[in-house]
Amino acid sequence: MDTAKAQASASGETAALPPWQDPAAEPLIRLENVTKRFGDFTAIADLSLDIHEGEFFALLGPSGCGKTTLMRMIAGFETPSAGRILLGGEDLVPIPPNRRPVNMMFQSYALFPHLTVADNIAFGLRRAGLPKAEIADRVAEMLRLVQLEKFAHRRPHEISGGQRQRVALARALARRPRILLLDEPLAALDRKLRAATQFELVDIQERLGTTFIIVTHDQEEAMTMATRIAVMDHGRLVQVGTPEEIYEQPNSRYVADFIGEVNLIEGVVTSAERGRLTIEWAEGAAPILTRSDVDAPVGTRVTFAIRPEKIAVSAERPEGLVNAWQGRIEDIGYLGNLSTYHITGPAGMRFKVQSPNRRRIARREFSWEDRVWFAFDETAGLVLTR
Amino acid sequence: MSDTASGRTGNPGERLRRALLIAVPYLWLGLFFLAPFVIVLKISLSDSVLAIPPYTPTLDLSRGWEGVVAMFRAFDLENYVWLTEDDLYWRAYLSSLQIAALSTLLTLLAGYPIAYAMSRAPERWRPILLMLVILPFWTSFLIRVYAWMGILGQNGFLNQLLMGLGLIDSPLVILGTPVAVYIGIVYAYLPFMVLPIFSSLDRLDRSLIEAALDLGCSRLQAFWLVTWPLSRPGIIAGCLLVFIPAVGEFVIPSLLGGSRTLMIGKVLWDEFFANRDWPLASAVAVVLLLILVLPILLFQRHAERQQRRADE
Amino acid sequence: MKLSRFNIVSLTLGFAFLYLPILVLVIYSFNASKLVTVWAGFSTRWYVKLFHDEAFLQAALVTLKVALASASIATVLGTMAAWVLVHISRFPGRTLFSGMIFAPLVIPDVILGLSLLLLFIAMNVDRGVTTIIIAHATFSMCYVAVVVSSRLITFDRALEEAALDLGATPFQAFSLVTLPVIAPAVVSGWLLSFTLSLDDLVIASFVSGPAATTLPMRVFSQIRLGVSPEINALSTILITLVTIGVITTSIFSKRSALARTDETGG
Repeated sequence: MDTAKAQASASGETAALPPWQDPAAEPLIRLENVTKRFGDFTAIADLSLDIHEGEFFALLGPSGCGKTTLMRMIAGFETPSAGRILLGGEDLVPIPPNRRPVNMMFQSYALFPHLTVADNIAFGLRRAGLPKAEIADRVAEMLRLVQLEKFAHRRPHEISGGQRQRVALARALARRPRILLLDEPLAALDRKLRAATQFELVDIQERLGTTFIIVTHDQEEAMTMATRIAVMDHGRLVQVGTPEEIYEQPNSRYVADFIGEVNLIEGVVTSAERGRLTIEWAEGAAPILTRSDVDAPVGTRVTFAIRPEKIAVSAERPEGLVNAWQGRIEDIGYLGNLSTYHITGPAGMRFKVQSPNRRRIARREFSWEDRVWFAFDETAGLVLTR
Repeated sequence: MSDTASGRTGNPGERLRRALLIAVPYLWLGLFFLAPFVIVLKISLSDSVLAIPPYTPTLDLSRGWEGVVAMFRAFDLENYVWLTEDDLYWRAYLSSLQIAALSTLLTLLAGYPIAYAMSRAPERWRPILLMLVILPFWTSFLIRVYAWMGILGQNGFLNQLLMGLGLIDSPLVILGTPVAVYIGIVYAYLPFMVLPIFSSLDRLDRSLIEAALDLGCSRLQAFWLVTWPLSRPGIIAGCLLVFIPAVGEFVIPSLLGGSRTLMIGKVLWDEFFANRDWPLASAVAVVLLLILVLPILLFQRHAERQQRRADE
Repeated sequence: MKLSRFNIVSLTLGFAFLYLPILVLVIYSFNASKLVTVWAGFSTRWYVKLFHDEAFLQAALVTLKVALASASIATVLGTMAAWVLVHISRFPGRTLFSGMIFAPLVIPDVILGLSLLLLFIAMNVDRGVTTIIIAHATFSMCYVAVVVSSRLITFDRALEEAALDLGATPFQAFSLVTLPVIAPAVVSGWLLSFTLSLDDLVIASFVSGPAATTLPMRVFSQIRLGVSPEINALSTILITLVTIGVITTSIFSKRSALARTDETGG
């Protein structure tokens, strides 16, 4: 789905390339060496980033990584200590928040409790001084967009959490901003509603073509919705890429560990030729054989990252997989559609392995304490040097 | 974070607005609250004379710096020395503190059971009970104290009732004694005691008491070991809310206390209005303020701690 | 939940203690006798007398004027001070500022009154209605600041930011969003100031001049000499007004709360 979406948003251009790969494409918003300090604390450190028209861009990171500060600088609630923020080539920094063509959906929704749903949506339009009839039309259109026509005259405390979230969205979109900022938009919703809302948000974004920038600490949310993700840590960008790139080719241990589950194995390169590496990782255990174009000469300390679902479990030694070890099942996490096995392998190393449950539970192949083989082929994992 | 941030950001307009918001209440309080105290302090160091304004030295600004120096030269602690020498003032301070302390204790004894019963009352009664406690607060203080004049007097309702019941033969003398002052303070300040205690009891998780009973406490032990300590913040707040104003109380001792009750608020009033000794009245005020600083500081520390607890 | 016998007794005794004196006061305001403590039949003569007492009516008018003006000034200043206390964490002299807000709450009236009087004399101001208004506004604004700031602390600042984000100027953000949301606290601050002003005897006695006598001052000078049925009548009127006021406000706020739950349910 993500690939499809990336292509869909790119297909607006005549070039086949997505805009972020097209050197000729002008970004909608460009952050140039932006730094933000609060006293001695540096929230954002010399950060540069381009975001293009029509993107659904996610800023992802743990709390305190600076993603919210970054968003608030784009909205105008924080002023950068250094650097520029350009919107369509124009510097945004001196413009106060109420004059920026950017709107924000707040984490708490910040719906005005004393105004009805319709008045909340109309608030920004009235400030823009639009004629009454147009305001009414625009409010009706927005209510339709978020399917809240029936609730126009309710107050925020008279509707459900999910409905409030949609009002906040409608209110922020009503002014037709060039960029919509969403601060943890789904954090207050329960799990099931969150999943449904993710698709709804993507749907609305595709229909309107507005650039969305979403801040989230939930990697799953970022993966499902975004065209591109920027992973942040301590005020820096660690990696920027499509969800596939971030998941399949993380550029560091930090990203690999943050996005999804991963087994990280420390080791030393013992042979390196023509893109094939041998990594010694445990005394007496067979080394890891892997393909990699990482520049890692013999003797380099590296981290080998492998996702749990890329490892196969079997009772017998599997044919055709070059990396295979024996281990003992310590723990089984049954998740319904799949199971997670915790396997203790050579040198006491714990591996997480995930495999789909093709059979009913009573006829499960493996049980606790079973000795099993776990294996993967030479393209399954990734060598990381930082 | 937004707080520190907004302290830093801000275009000139924003900064001007901010400065204006600070300046207006600041200047008002500076002029009408702080400056008066500086004047009180200054006058308390001056000498009483019969002219108007009845004290020297006055600041003669036309003499410039010299005038200021001359004024400071003339300052002395005579009034404070006088306060220590005439035992009227000593006794007034001590008796104010003693009356305030004892009546605070009495208010606590009267108020705690009410607050406790309110917190145990069915949920739908509580707003009504709460309103009944608050209602007297909105009614004039003066009138509530006045109501007791008719009850406690020689021919008052209390004496009529007691004699009617045959409990006493001759009327009790209550009005014009410290006892009437105690009754008046307890009555007037009871809501201030009940409300904070009620709010701390109301917040108390009922299952804590059930847990204590479950762990082998008797009802009385559960109260003493769980409820009482957890309501202590409310008790402290309530006691300070009663004690502090009671020390400086004027209306109650002057209406109910008669000439036999000595309280510093009344002494100050008389010193000022009857004897027209402004410097001495100012000195009395300064010392009273110093006496109250300790409980006020305690109160502030307590309030801050409450605030921090509420923030967590 | 059922109340234990002990709790019922505490509540009964407690509320009897709170309300019996007031009840007696009200009943005896309808006493025909001049002697307040001897019942001599029902009469409204003291009310009639009260309404023909020019001095009382004059004092009532002064009090009302002072209370309206001082409560309004105090509400504006106190709301500003509350905003500063809650939202501006650092500025020169902040400790002094918050000290000046909290100190008047705990300083005895006699001291506040004395010090303000000495200020007015030093400034050579004519004492009268204006000086009482200033004095009342000064201590009332501290109560307003406390009431409003406790509401502002829980006020979600994202609301103000949302207003700015949607194109409101800072002034519009305050008047269209912040003020309506904190309005209940501002209104109760005003009511509190109004009541404090109506109630005050000590400070007004210090700072007023010969031209201005407030109702409490008038009442005080009369009851110093002993109980009087006329004062009972006046007290009854004031108590009735306050009771009606408090009950209406509480019914009003309860009804709006009920209306809300109804709409949510429907």
